[in-house]
Amino acid sequence: MALEDICNFKDERVQQLFPFPALETDSHDLELKRLKTSQTHCGTPQRVFVPPLRRVDPSEPPLTAQRPFPLSHGTTTLGFVFQGGVIAAADTRASAGGLVACPAVHKITPIHSHLVVTSSGSGADCMLWERILTREIRLYELRHKRRLSIRGSAKLLSLMLHPFKGTDVCVALTLCGWDKEGGGTGLAHNLDNSSSVTDASSSAPSSGPRLVYVCSDGARLQGDVISVGSGSPYAYGVLDGGLSWSLSKEEAVSLAREAVFRATHRDAYSGNNVDLFHVTAQGWSQRPREDLREEYYRDMERRSNRGRRRKKDRYDGE
Amino acid sequence: MLSAQSFGGPGKMKEYHYTGAVENRFSPYAFNGGTVLAVAGEDFAIVASDTRLSEGYSIHSRDSPKCYKLTDTTVIGCSGFHGDCLTLTKIIDARLKMYKHSNNKTMTSGAIAAMLSTILYGRRFFPYYVYNIIGGLDEEGKGAVYSFDPVGSYQRDTYKAGGSASAMLQPLLDNQIGFKNMEGVQHVPLTQEKAVQLVKDVFISAAERDVYTGDALRICIVTKEGINEQTIPLRKD
Repeated sequence: MALEDICNFKDERVQQLFPFPALETDSHDLELKRLKTSQTHCGTPQRVFVPPLRRVDPSEPPLTAQRPFPLSHGTTTLGFVFQGGVIAAADTRASAGGLVACPAVHKITPIHSHLVVTSSGSGADCMLWERILTREIRLYELRHKRRLSIRGSAKLLSLMLHPFKGTDVCVALTLCGWDKEGGGTGLAHNLDNSSSVTDASSSAPSSGPRLVYVCSDGARLQGDVISVGSGSPYAYGVLDGGLSWSLSKEEAVSLAREAVFRATHRDAYSGNNVDLFHVTAQGWSQRPREDLREEYYRDMERRSNRGRRRKKDRYDGE
Repeated sequence: MLSAQSFGGPGKMKEYHYTGAVENRFSPYAFNGGTVLAVAGEDFAIVASDTRLSEGYSIHSRDSPKCYKLTDTTVIGCSGFHGDCLTLTKIIDARLKMYKHSNNKTMTSGAIAAMLSTILYGRRFFPYYVYNIIGGLDEEGKGAVYSFDPVGSYQRDTYKAGGSASAMLQPLLDNQIGFKNMEGVQHVPLTQEKAVQLVKDVFISAAERDVYTGDALRICIVTKEGINEQTIPLRKD
C-alpha cells in the first residue's frame, strides 16, 4: 500500500521469538492469517491477542510513528499480606495526559478463584495482558490437571512480556493470591506449613498468601507489601506506619483504604473511588466500591475539630 | 579574527550552530476533528456526532457524519483521523460478515466491543488514531455504551463523549445524566425525549466553543424497532 511504502513498514523478515511462531506485521488483511488454526504448540488464538512485534534492526533509523494522543496512565495500587490473607486495593481513575479519561475503571481483576491482579500502567496493555494471563493459566490447569501457583503464574507472565521489552508496552501487575496446599513436584517442601508462617521469604511453604509484582521491564519480585503507580510513595508511607502481620481483617481493610485515600489526596493522577479485594484460602471477596469524596469531607471535619481543640491552627485544612 | 577553524561548513559556525538531533519526520497521522457522543437509556441508545471534517484551518466537508451503522442494534461513532476511521469501519464490517457466515447469527453489541478491542490492540505499535464509542442494545434489550481509547482499552458506560470537544461535553453529561456533584436531587431515569433534547443542547454548546465541531448534528436513535436518524443544523462558522 502507498502509505506503507512511504513509512517503510513492510516487513519481509519474520523473526522467530520464543514459541510465538507467527508474529508477522498486520497489513490490511483483516488479520485473517492470524485466525487460521494450524499451529500445534503455543495455541493459535494467542495471535489474536498479542500484537505483532517487529524487531527493529539497530542500524536502521527508528521508524515508529509518533503518537499524537496520550494513553491512559497514573494510578495507586497496593497489596499486602497479613495473617488473614492478602489485601489488594486500588483507586479507580484513568488519566490520559491531563484529562480524566474515566473516573470508574476496574484496576483489580479476578483471574481465578484464588488470584486477583492489580494493574498499573497503560490501561489497554493491562486489560489485554490480563486476558492473556487468564487464558494461559486456564490452559495450564486443563493440560496439567492442577492449578498453577502464584509464583508460577508470575513467571509465565514475565516470560510472555519479555519479547516486548524495549517497546512502549507499559504493564505493572501485582498478582495477589493464595496458593493451595500440595502439588509441588520434586521441589523441596517446607514441613512447617501455612499455620505457622511468620515471614514470606522465597523459600516459604508452598501454600498460603502470596504477593508477586511483574512488570514489562522484566522485573519479577515477591514481597510482603507492594505498591505500584504514581501514588505509591504516599501509599507506602501510610502502609509502613501501620502494617504488621497480626492485623485483624477490619484493621487491614481500614489501613489499605487509608493508604489509597492519602495517596489520592496527594497524587493528581489518582482519585475517585477505592476498590478493595480480600483473598483468603476460601477465595477472593470484594468490598463495595467506595467514593472517597465522603471520606475527604469526614477527614476535613476531623481536622477542624482537632484544630479547634488544640486552639492552634497548625493544619491548613487542605 | 574568524578563522577557518570556527566554520564547520557553509552556514555552520561551530560554536553557535546547533548540532544535536533534528527531527524532520513525516507524520502518518492527521487530526480531522469532530465530536461523538453516546447515551444509553433503559431501552434505547443514542449515538450522535457532528458532521464537520476539518484539517488545520480548513474544512474539507460539512457533511461527513461520524456515526456508522454496524448492525440493526449497534451504531459506532468514530472520530480522530478520518483515514483510520474509514479503514477501521471497513474492517469491522468485514469481520461482522465473517462472523455472520461462520456462526449464523449477528454479533451482539458486547461481542462487537470485545472484538474491536482486539482489533485496536493488534496495532499497538502503530495505532489507529480513532476514538471509538459504540452505542446499541445488549441481549436483554437495554441500552449499552462502550467507549474505547485508541489502543483498545474499553469499558461499558452509561454515557460518553469522545473527540475534539469531549473535554467540554463530558463534565456536562456527568452532571445532567450522572447527577454528579449535585446535592439533594432526585435521580429520575432518562426518557428518550429528554435524552434527545439534551444531546441537541449539548452539541449546540460544543459548536459555540470548539472550532472543530459544527455544521450539522446527526443523531442515531437505536431502539428495538430499529435505528432512527435525524439531522439538525448547527453553527457553520
